Amino acid sequence: MAAPMRNVDEIRDRVILGEFGVRNVHSTDFPGNYPGYDDTWDLRKFKKNFRLDVFHMDENTLEFDMVGIDAAVANAFRRILLAEVPTMAIEKVFIYNNTSIIQDEILAHRLGLIPIKADPRLFEYRNAGDEEGTEIDTIQLQLKIKCTRNPRASKDSSDPKELYKNHMVYSKDITWVPIGNQADVFADAKIGPVHGDILLAQLRPGQELDIVMHCVKGIGKDHAKFSPVATASYRLLPEITLLQTIEGEKAERLKRCFSPGVIELENIDGRRVAKVVNSRLDTCSREVLRHDDLKSLVKLGRVRDHFIFSVESTGILPPDVLVSEAINVLIAKCQKFLNEIDSTEME
Amino acid sequence: MAGAGAGAGAERKAQLETVQADGADEGCVTFVLHGEDHTLGNSLRYMVMKNPDVEFCGYSITHPSESKINFRIQTRGGIPATEILCKGLNDLSNASKHVLQTFEAQVKEFRLKQGEAME
Repeated sequence: MAAPMRNVDEIRDRVILGEFGVRNVHSTDFPGNYPGYDDTWDLRKFKKNFRLDVFHMDENTLEFDMVGIDAAVANAFRRILLAEVPTMAIEKVFIYNNTSIIQDEILAHRLGLIPIKADPRLFEYRNAGDEEGTEIDTIQLQLKIKCTRNPRASKDSSDPKELYKNHMVYSKDITWVPIGNQADVFADAKIGPVHGDILLAQLRPGQELDIVMHCVKGIGKDHAKFSPVATASYRLLPEITLLQTIEGEKAERLKRCFSPGVIELENIDGRRVAKVVNSRLDTCSREVLRHDDLKSLVKLGRVRDHFIFSVESTGILPPDVLVSEAINVLIAKCQKFLNEIDSTEME
Repeated sequence: MAGAGAGAGAERKAQLETVQADGADEGCVTFVLHGEDHTLGNSLRYMVMKNPDVEFCGYSITHPSESKINFRIQTRGGIPATEILCKGLNDLSNASKHVLQTFEAQVKEFRLKQGEAME
């Protein structure tokens, strides 16, 4: 059991999960609030206390810990990941022929939501009012498909897979039409939808789709189709403190109150004693506070400056690239206003 | 010194303005940041509040349909508020740069460790 925290340290560093509510949520470590503490912003102190550990990374998900930063900045990164990292998505849909039963606008909406695998850093934003689009800001895609009857189907089959050819329109049927010098610049990059198995429409014989699409660069703030993450979220590290030694049958019940792997029972002098092994796995359901004999024996809280980030990409960019881009967006925002102040000061 | 002025250049709309302050007190200014919301507002407010010369700092979104924030700084001792804003922006920028460097180093190290573990 850790030594009990001083009251002041607890208010500064912990969010307390009580039975009827969550207390002590806001950060209060500003200069002048606590006598004896120097809370002035100091980059060196920040660099010394800041820690970042990558917990798990594969091609689409990333889980990492940021310790020593405040919620305001961590939340800014999360908001930017969701809404301000640019991607390419289908914006203009030119429908030359659509005889399917899916209405034009529904089909156009579905096409817009398809993630397009093209590195947005290699493209520019389209200028406002530009209808045509140039090779530096537009990707042109085409969907041309016609459903026909299968002459080789047996007479009494009723399975559409056998009876018809091309009756399901998937995103793999979307082809890239390079414009300008894109064929040379993106020779080895396979530009097209990230996933080929997204069902767009269903057809029957005689129905066809002849569609040309333009993709442009945009941000999630404008339309959610431009968001590069399936989701990006963070949670605070849970902290469970046992106020007394808990043994025997109570320890068993305590173990069941938390997520599996959080509390383990170890054998000390023949008695089974509860020990907090890995509080990171806990989902903070506060189940233990529902039991009258257990609720006074534990203290539940969260560490206020330890953020467990989870970023899941839609496949356009790898998740670590997304986080780097998000941090760059915040730096660019600050720089924009600094330049603005400098230019007004020089007048 | 930032007055009630617009940005330089006729075509580019000003991103940063100040609400006309009365009196000669340069320490109490309300800035209007266009095209911003809680993302920059809250993080910048935190950085400015960490400055011991600041008596008051807060931001508000005037109307949710307009993307602009009113960012108010009141300083102690007559220090110009624009300086405080500059320092806050620089602090936020430097902190983000450090986070970026640490993140990229850790990702590289994680990849190396993964590569070793697979061999």
